[in-house]
Amino acid sequence: MSKKITFIIKRCDNPQAVAYWEEFKVPYFPKMNVVAALMEIQKNPVNAKGEATTPVAWECNCLEEVCGACTMIINGTARQACSALVDNLAQPIRLAPLTKFPLVRDLVVDRQVMFSNLRKVKAWIDIDGTYDMGPGPKISQNVQEAAYELSKCMTCGCCMEACPNVNSKSKFIGPAAIAQVDLVNSHPTGAFRKEARLEALMGEGGIADCGNAQNCAKACPKEIPLTRSIAKLNRETSAYALKKLFGK
Amino acid sequence: MTTKVIVVGGGLAGLMSAIKIAESGHKVDLFSLVPCKRSHSVCAQGGINAAVNTKGEGDSTWEHFDDTIYGGDFLANQPPVKNMIEAAPSIIYLMDRMGVTFNRTTEGFIDVRRLGGAKYSRTVFAGATTGQQLIYALDEQVRRYEDAGLVRRYEEWEFLSIVQDDEGRCRGIVVQDLKNLEVQVFPADAVIMATGGLGMIFGRSTNSTINTGSAAAGLYQQGAIYANGEFIQVHPSAIPGRDKLRLMSESIRGEGGRVWVYKDGKPWYFLEEWYPAYGNMVPRDIATRAIFKVCVDMKLGVDGENKVYLDISHLDPKEINRKLAGVVDIYEKFVGDDPRKVPMQTFPAVHYSMGGLWVDYDQMTNIPGLFAAGECEYQYHGANRLGGNSLVAAIYAGMVAGPKAIAYAEGLSKRSEDLPPSLFEAAKTREEKQNAAIFKMEGKENPYKLHQELGEWMLENVTVVRYNDRLKATDEKIQELIERYHNIGVGNGAPWGNQIVPFTRRLWPMLHLARVITLGALHRNESRGAHYKPDFPERDDENWLKTTKAGFTPDGPSFSYEPVDTAYIKPRQRRYDVAKEVTMANV
Ligand SMILES: Cc1cc2nc3c(=O)[nH]c(=O)nc-3n(C[C@H](O)[C@H](O)[C@H](O)COP(=O)(O)OP(=O)(O)OC[C@H]3O[C@@H](n4cnc5c(N)ncnc54)[C@H](O)[C@@H]3O)c2cc1C
Repeated sequence: MSKKITFIIKRCDNPQAVAYWEEFKVPYFPKMNVVAALMEIQKNPVNAKGEATTPVAWECNCLEEVCGACTMIINGTARQACSALVDNLAQPIRLAPLTKFPLVRDLVVDRQVMFSNLRKVKAWIDIDGTYDMGPGPKISQNVQEAAYELSKCMTCGCCMEACPNVNSKSKFIGPAAIAQVDLVNSHPTGAFRKEARLEALMGEGGIADCGNAQNCAKACPKEIPLTRSIAKLNRETSAYALKKLFGK
Repeated sequence: MTTKVIVVGGGLAGLMSAIKIAESGHKVDLFSLVPCKRSHSVCAQGGINAAVNTKGEGDSTWEHFDDTIYGGDFLANQPPVKNMIEAAPSIIYLMDRMGVTFNRTTEGFIDVRRLGGAKYSRTVFAGATTGQQLIYALDEQVRRYEDAGLVRRYEEWEFLSIVQDDEGRCRGIVVQDLKNLEVQVFPADAVIMATGGLGMIFGRSTNSTINTGSAAAGLYQQGAIYANGEFIQVHPSAIPGRDKLRLMSESIRGEGGRVWVYKDGKPWYFLEEWYPAYGNMVPRDIATRAIFKVCVDMKLGVDGENKVYLDISHLDPKEINRKLAGVVDIYEKFVGDDPRKVPMQTFPAVHYSMGGLWVDYDQMTNIPGLFAAGECEYQYHGANRLGGNSLVAAIYAGMVAGPKAIAYAEGLSKRSEDLPPSLFEAAKTREEKQNAAIFKMEGKENPYKLHQELGEWMLENVTVVRYNDRLKATDEKIQELIERYHNIGVGNGAPWGNQIVPFTRRLWPMLHLARVITLGALHRNESRGAHYKPDFPERDDENWLKTTKAGFTPDGPSFSYEPVDTAYIKPRQRRYDVAKEVTMANV
């Protein structure tokens, strides 16, 4: 008989419903990842007891770990399902939705708050317009390389999930948005509106809510130096607050 | 009177359209299946082309234009391509001003590299995640306009159809909220479609899973003309996988990667031998066919399988990290080997659709008020797209479509708000009925399996090498699938968070578009760019220097053909074993 992989999946029909665990057995194939297994369940929605069930709902898109969509909790850790290879996972494999965001259904959650946070911190450069004005400022290779590290953030939510200060009782915007402030503020033109972004970080749910647990950088699938950005912006917001108080 | 434009799609083309409209002070509603930042454009690895000539090689926009037309085997209408190529450098500079983290030269200028079909280094890049960086920059600019109250985003909403008035003008769209599948109608004075590619019609491809082509296909069923559907690009290098064929970017060859297999016990660099002038940098259709020949005909694939080596193990690991980290990471993550040490093993995969909604030079489809931009339209790549040209085409088309949509809307004698509400109500009811009908489907067929079957047939018969008997058989198979579609069962899940019902909905237009692709290929008895028939191995300009236009009828697609506008460069034979001839701009 061919090998089967056991998946135990946390299911829930809607935010008001009671969650339950359902077991599935999926025939193994080499290089199988969690997404491919979920696709097999779609094609054959029958649970381990042999009962017909509804296909599991989950999100995915690029399948190469650049879009962030398929983030879920796999054996207790938040990560992307596409790059989670079955060969590297302890079995049975447990899948659950992220817990720091409102549940939609099964493994699908609503991460809109992360996009709203980007708006709160004004993570853009205020260009004059899209008409032709020639190139932007020259940038050294070192500066580009540091910025590139930060610009790979795919708003997946792993850092939010790992952060103890992101929870239903707090308004903390979380590590991802803070790192994006670092990114834009470190750009020569972005820096022109540095203060507006520092102000945003000093407001409610801002950088002061970081408890320095340092889980975020470890949780980031793109190895973004989140704690470094947070430390840097901590210093900058403090300096800016002092300047505002005494400066003028 | 305010002008209201709707943009469907939040990839590069859609975001740029939205920015252009908002920048001119008009309101935009922006719809996307996924949060815009997760659109398929994030996948682009290699880079974006523009003749910025920062390496002193003497590149020019004329050279870029000629490469594009030649690379596309002369099927593209030349005027819009020329305009795009001329705008390309300024597009790079604009993206630079938006803060895209492009790689830099020692002096701090924007760095460039070479991609296939080009003799010059003209591909600007941000590591190996250029598309991701471009889309993030545009997404933030859109957020800025959202903050200013000009853009409203509807993310995780799905476009279903357009609303047309008695004159046939597009007057708005019907959509569903993917959370609860509730249908709503949004009036607008103009609509821009920027819904991307259709890789999923081939089952597995290098595309994202939302790239079903169903939005464009549904419009075709509503009367929009679909052009050059048979031109499907198969990329030479991807890692085969059950869930996806993961692209290994052309930039790997651009940075010095070599393709080989063992022959008589020794590495054989067949591209370098067959195409001495371009070597590993031949365009995609050429490289893909060569790999097919080596694996399928000569049976020289790695371990007897359909795979060749793509080798960078001779390159400096530091340079690899600086310029190719993103791609190399994907290979390491999904295969487990380190390409810095062990040659990669890859095989061709469906990658890009040159065909798409027919548009005029203002990006408007044959339906007045309905515009299209990006991979979902057909205008910029002819019979084969050059690497790095699609990102620039998507952004450029957005820059054209936005202002043209506004101009069109402002010229209307009646705005959509002046039309009777019943027009919109009727469209909404139509789609609600459609959803209700799908919910009631309780047959034995599984839609995901049906989709898999479609993909297998398309992949096997309508990609690299095409034979008329097999194309015919494939069309018959698709018609069988269309029959069997009615016997789908969707289970008894509630609407909330339901994924099988919207998937089933998408599958219907996909099947019809699959026919357009297959029959378009059947009729075109020649070989041109990505379309290759061994029984008709030559390009036949006399009969086929023509754009294919497919229109929907209940009995299947009806085809007509339109001459190609070759205003600037006379078609000449396309070959890559010798250097391309020099052409001159007609002054
Ligand atoms: C792996 C890979 C690598 C690539 N690398 C390069 C490269 O290096 N250089 C290059 O030039 N090109 C590259 N390409 C091609 C290029 O990425 C795409 O052609 C381009 O990004 C398409 O942009 P777009 O805006 O047209 O569509 P997309 O980015 O695909 O966006 C489509 C949008 O439409 C929305 N949408 C679709 N249907 C609906 C619907 N029914 N309702 C609502 N919204 C809908 C989606 O949500 C999405 O927001 C690559 C392609 C792939 C697959």
